[in-house]
Amino acid sequence: MIRQAAAAILSGQRRSLASVARASANHHGYLPNTHSPIVAKPHFFNSVTEDGQQIPTYRVLDGTGKPLDGAELPEVNETLAHKLYENMQLLPTLDNILYNVQRQGKISFYMTSYGEEATIIGSAAALDMEDEVLGQYREMGVLLWRGYTLDKVMAQCFGHSEDLGKGKQMPVHFTAPEHHFHTISSPLGTQIPQAAGVAYALRRTPERRSRSIAACYFGEGAASEGDFHAGLLLASTIPSPALFIVRNNGFAISTPSTEQFYGDGIASRGPGYGIDTIRVDGNDVLAVLAAVKEARRRCLEQGRAVLLEAMTYRVGHHSTSDDSFAYRARSEVEDRKRIDNPITRFRLFMESQGWWNAEREEDLKARLKADVLKAFKRAESMPRCELKELFADVYGGEEPWNIKAQREELKGLLRKYGDSWEPWQTELAKFKNKGRDLLD
Amino acid sequence: MYARSARPLRRAANVLARFNSTTVEPPPAGGHLPSVATSQLLRTTRESALRAPRIKWIDEDSTGPVKPVVGGRETRKMNTYQAVRDAMRYGGESCLNSSGSKKCSIVLLKDDNAVVFGEDVSFGGVFRCTMGLAEEFGRERVFNTPLTEQGIVGFGIGLAAMGHTAIAEIQFADYIYPAFDQLVNEAAKFRYRSGGAYNAGGLTVRTPTMAVGHGGLYHSQSPEGFFMGAAGLKVVIPRSPIQAKGLLLAAIRDPNPVVFMEPKVLYRSAVEQVPIDDFELPLGSAETLVAGADLTVLTWGTPVYHCEAALHMLANPPPSIATHVPSAVRGAKIELIDLRSILPWDVETVTESVKRTGRLVIVHEAGMTAGAGAEIAAEVQKRCFLKLNAPVKRVTGWDTPCGMQYEKFNIPDAIRVLDAMVETLSY
Repeated sequence: MIRQAAAAILSGQRRSLASVARASANHHGYLPNTHSPIVAKPHFFNSVTEDGQQIPTYRVLDGTGKPLDGAELPEVNETLAHKLYENMQLLPTLDNILYNVQRQGKISFYMTSYGEEATIIGSAAALDMEDEVLGQYREMGVLLWRGYTLDKVMAQCFGHSEDLGKGKQMPVHFTAPEHHFHTISSPLGTQIPQAAGVAYALRRTPERRSRSIAACYFGEGAASEGDFHAGLLLASTIPSPALFIVRNNGFAISTPSTEQFYGDGIASRGPGYGIDTIRVDGNDVLAVLAAVKEARRRCLEQGRAVLLEAMTYRVGHHSTSDDSFAYRARSEVEDRKRIDNPITRFRLFMESQGWWNAEREEDLKARLKADVLKAFKRAESMPRCELKELFADVYGGEEPWNIKAQREELKGLLRKYGDSWEPWQTELAKFKNKGRDLLD
Repeated sequence: MYARSARPLRRAANVLARFNSTTVEPPPAGGHLPSVATSQLLRTTRESALRAPRIKWIDEDSTGPVKPVVGGRETRKMNTYQAVRDAMRYGGESCLNSSGSKKCSIVLLKDDNAVVFGEDVSFGGVFRCTMGLAEEFGRERVFNTPLTEQGIVGFGIGLAAMGHTAIAEIQFADYIYPAFDQLVNEAAKFRYRSGGAYNAGGLTVRTPTMAVGHGGLYHSQSPEGFFMGAAGLKVVIPRSPIQAKGLLLAAIRDPNPVVFMEPKVLYRSAVEQVPIDDFELPLGSAETLVAGADLTVLTWGTPVYHCEAALHMLANPPPSIATHVPSAVRGAKIELIDLRSILPWDVETVTESVKRTGRLVIVHEAGMTAGAGAEIAAEVQKRCFLKLNAPVKRVTGWDTPCGMQYEKFNIPDAIRVLDAMVETLSY
């Protein structure tokens, strides 16, 4: 059912172009070596739909949580609905606390997911747990869906000794191979061609071929990078089961999407690369869930890329380094939170099904907050990794001489000044063993 | 605009001072150590600002003689981002002189062909360097670009090829690599490959550089060395507001494409009185900040201030580390040079100094291997071989990425510079 609903949208986009081609093809034949019909009149075009309309947006639930006329509900039972809702609520719970923790100077940086909960959780729920995920930086919810613990979230954001990444990256730059989640990298769009390679590797791995895809997330801003075009082209031309999920949240830091592109969003680019494409209401968790499921099925069936553009709105600032009221009105944000809140929309749906009520809401919020605070408090007192990790993991295999020599040089300096130079003493105290691994 | 994510922005400055280990030490018995905020190298009076060495006034009447006079010229207190913005534009009522005629002449006002663009430039840029420019000069001349560094630089080259003045911003130097092809294969080779028929001299690429203390791998890099082999480009790194304005104006008007790297920790922390008139400081020219006879310390950008602190520590070591500073070296006269231009670099000033002092310590934040210091050390060794009393010493970031939690042990701070000076003097 889900499949039919989403497939109808996908195929609808091609109809009008196809009819133009059919109308003219019989008269003049085709250009040699292509299927391009020859026409006698000059014909310019500038729209995927050809009739000038924008690419449609697939939606299941309206703003009040009621199914649209003609929409088919994906198969969601009470248990799945609870899991979706709990994860959607966990994101702002974490965001509220970690945003404030950053403001208190306890972590150096943070990025919230406010407003994009349905896009992130709905897509996470539609993926297989073993699909490889290549995120941009606002996809912590995918990890939460997969069972990444709050302690691990805190470990990364605090960069303490339990962080798998050893405190080397800024907060929210997660890495979790146990959850098939590739390391977040700050440069934008670099993960997009990598996803094509990951997907090709999946095709070439017998036990994962036709079972796993690469799911690649990025924003509409990152889609301006050359890597976006390279990645989609590669995953289409060298057929690779990669699902590209664009979070079109309206802003790249301060730059509104109206200044990011002139064409019809990011979805309009998919057909240019010959890949199946859909635009979905990113604030409707059921639409995202249904569309990603169908997109994933196509990835596996065709062994080729699919593009999904989720239309949403970045309610939060870009990051803790940004104050978005310098470039957008506070009222615009407040309006969006009120009128088009993805969490509210799904809660209204659950209430209409008799799956949710005010009491459960209160219990959930209290429990999530307590869980996050507990994890935060535990993390707060944890030391960093050992200082020697500074030089670790530059290379695998034999360590080159220059790294060895520089470690020795720092050891020598620490032995001389580590116990007497106040700025270094203070800093060393933050590390596990207080830096003695290099001092002694 | 990457995680840009990470873009440590507005609050960065407050945090920055905190992360500079030079500033953290409590006042030692010998008195306060200079930090960026208290640096003696900053010109905080009008008199000293107007007498910045080799300042060249670019007065409105270009047909008249250059006026060397400083009388009547005004200065205003600015931090580095304000000085950068002032160079691109210059604003405010003092733009008009007493007779009401325009006397300011800075780029957007003077050059109708000048445009300023990059990611998030319209609202002022993530470091505020373009604040107010879009409102004043219109969105046709000051505009946001889509998020594509290769596109931004290629676009700028196209403008420059048509004789226009392109001032492009790459939001962080860490994100300049998608534009590496456009810079190295195109901008740098534009003149040579056409036999001089075309050039990209109208292009200036501004980009924030160096570490702030919590930027991690992708908001801390110093990529100047990667461009050092790209003959045809110039690479400039200012240390202060006056330097930023004068060097940026020279870079914009230089007949060659220039990569202009602005140390982001200094955007707010470094404050000077900056002449409001149009002036330039020379490219390809180092500046000797402190004259000395026993050891040359050569650096650029943020570490200039760590080196200044290290000079004070050498002369008057804090008691906690005094045992590591033999009394014999405490009276050494250290010559401190700010290289300012990384490509081409001022080999004359550097080698003249090293021939006198016989000792050289080079300090930069980029990693040691193939950093700019390697090139300089090789040339100094060739030209000063018989005058050297000690090996050329480099104090640099390690050959590792800039791991966030380890940053304070990665950057070349005052204590490491001090140790290198002691070692080189005692060799």
